[in-house]
Amino acid sequence: MQPSGTQTDFEDVAARVSAVIAENAHLEGPLLPILHGVQGEFGCVPQEALPVIADALNLSRAEVHGVMSFYHDFRANPAGRHIVRVCRAEACQSMGGARIAELAKVLFNADFGETSADGSVTLEAVYCLGLCACAPAVMVDGKVVGRVDAGRMEDIAGEVLA
Amino acid sequence: MSVTIYVPGDSGALAVGADEVAAAIVAEARERGLAVDLVRNGSRGLYWLEPMVEVATPQGRIAYGLVGAEDVEDLFDADFLSGGEHELRLGAPEELPFLKRQTRLTFARCGVVDPLSLSDYESHGGLAGLRRALGMTPGEIVQEVTDSGLRGRGGAGFPTGIKWKTVLDAPGPRKYIVCNADEGDSGTFADRMIMEGDPFVLIEGMAIAGIATGATKGFVYLRSEYPHAIQVMDEAIRIARKNKVLGGSVLGSGQAFDIEVRVGAGAYVCGEETSLLNSLEGKRGVVRAKPPLPAHKGLFGQPTVINNVISLASVPVVLEKGAAHYRDFGMGRSRGTIPIQIAGNVKRGGLFEAGFGMTLGELVDEIAGGTASGRPVKAVQVGGPLGAYFPRELFDTPFDYEAFAARDGLIGHAGIVVFDDTADMLKQARFAFEFCAIESCGKCTPCRIGAVRGVEVMDAIAHGAPPEAQVALASDLCNTMKFGSLCALGGFTPYPVMSAIRHFPEDFKPAKMAEAAE
Ligand SMILES: Cc1cc2nc3c(=O)[nH]c(=O)nc-3n(C[C@H](O)[C@H](O)[C@H](O)COP(=O)(O)O)c2cc1C
Ligand code: SF4
Ligand code: FES
Repeated sequence: MQPSGTQTDFEDVAARVSAVIAENAHLEGPLLPILHGVQGEFGCVPQEALPVIADALNLSRAEVHGVMSFYHDFRANPAGRHIVRVCRAEACQSMGGARIAELAKVLFNADFGETSADGSVTLEAVYCLGLCACAPAVMVDGKVVGRVDAGRMEDIAGEVLA
Repeated sequence: MSVTIYVPGDSGALAVGADEVAAAIVAEARERGLAVDLVRNGSRGLYWLEPMVEVATPQGRIAYGLVGAEDVEDLFDADFLSGGEHELRLGAPEELPFLKRQTRLTFARCGVVDPLSLSDYESHGGLAGLRRALGMTPGEIVQEVTDSGLRGRGGAGFPTGIKWKTVLDAPGPRKYIVCNADEGDSGTFADRMIMEGDPFVLIEGMAIAGIATGATKGFVYLRSEYPHAIQVMDEAIRIARKNKVLGGSVLGSGQAFDIEVRVGAGAYVCGEETSLLNSLEGKRGVVRAKPPLPAHKGLFGQPTVINNVISLASVPVVLEKGAAHYRDFGMGRSRGTIPIQIAGNVKRGGLFEAGFGMTLGELVDEIAGGTASGRPVKAVQVGGPLGAYFPRELFDTPFDYEAFAARDGLIGHAGIVVFDDTADMLKQARFAFEFCAIESCGKCTPCRIGAVRGVEVMDAIAHGAPPEAQVALASDLCNTMKFGSLCALGGFTPYPVMSAIRHFPEDFKPAKMAEAAE
């Protein structure tokens, strides 16, 4: 599992964050686009990025942290090499989604919200991918997969654990 | 001569292998020295047949489904480029009963056109509504929308024209049109389909809203779970700008309107309009108390129209064909058409646009064809995670805002999720509480704490606590949440919970648990 709360070890955080800020500074209400940009750059929003963003937007560091922590998407630490998001909402439940979710936990040896010990996969719950007529659904690194059965889930595991 | 082949680029089709099918078609055609023109259209919404491939033949389009990459060679052998016979041949798509029974107004072009071809859009009636609007006064446009009877498709069903009138009449140096594309409800995908399959109709609807209310800037707040829709919308906006549909002078009218896509960050509550506005402003997505209404003081304190994707995408056809044409469909106070999303355990899942008034039973038994598992239908959740579970006894309920409300339910964003008899309604009630706990914005105690308590109560029943007392406790909790919550996340979670308890009492009895524990 990814240790939480530790300082991440990135290079040139201030410069890279400033570049993201510069790209988005002209927007009305730029904070969310900046946080997305920073996560795109580092795979997470590193602690060290917060004061840089706060300074640029004239906010307190606590305010930026407050916004970041409100949203499920933003992570404080990097994810595994792959992110597997399993839909756990009702339409997928009705098609055996719970079994797929349990199988995913076994295959990746991680609970939801955790990263497998070898750092290969982060398993996440998601509530609806808009694929409810092709349930159960999962998203693997941004790629959508529908009509997932045990065999398909095992294939996915085979691909990302390879 | 080159043959045009349509392979949907809609995420629902991609999720079941449409890219692989498209690649196989291109490769096979090259091998055989045949010229094909591949169009990545949206989905027609017949998801059980996806990937559904269509070929433009001299006799019109012919569909084939459910096509796998492994079928492609065989299809070429069967001369599918001329509409040849094959076991996957479905015939003309419009003649398929699932499509034939629909009234497609909002979704008229979805699955038909190339989503990113503005000329395709125009040759199928696109921009006619905006052109007509540009010849009218703002007051006349608003009146037309009011007369159409269009009500918000995001859930609350508020009349769209009245909302626009408030913004038109509100003084402000700058006004905004905000499109709610957060589509977080399970069982819904209409917003996604339109954004991926006919993005210009949303752009046109937003531009009309801008012209009608004096707003010059629009935002599409689009959930991050929809990467494909984000890509298509961004590209469509770029094309619209390049062709002067958006920008400093909309279609040469001298009136300005532009749109920007903003990506959400995985918070269900940000679909609630005031929470969404906070999120757009770069704040925590906490719900705001009303008043002030967003129409008076919305985004950055300015008068703001906030509408669902489908509400806005239905406006062009209202302006194109006139209010009366739209209003003539429907029943009671629910006018026009509603894109119903049929999902979950069904034989035929997909998008079914029809005038209001079909019964739940018709939709589940006839249109959807019952369950995919072949087992009896047990419950149908209508209107997303905050919607009630309906048993078969209530299948005569017509799809109409008031009729659902009269039966302690709601239409919401018009998603219906079907469960077969293996569903455990205690688990479903528990999930409703759990979901509320996960997604609560934290502002009100009944929602924040009540939802967590609700999960515990459901667990207590599952672990054998005397159910009568626990059910009474759950009812009490629901009452507190219903009346003590600021928004519908806390306020409506009682719908799925109480409907499960009321209609499926046997699932909340100890005998059931003993059986389950075996
Ligand atoms: C918790 C919660 C989530 C909501 N999610 C959405 C959503 O995803 N999309 C949407 O259009 N409306 C959603 N709504 C309804 C909006 O608050 C609002 O009524 C709607 O955007 C108004 O647009 P309309 O009049 O066009 O329906 C949600 C409401 C609540 C309480
Ligand atoms: S009901 Fe829940 S989600 Fe809605 S405002 Fe209150 S705490 Fe926030
Ligand atoms: S409920 Fe799983 S994709 Fe919608």
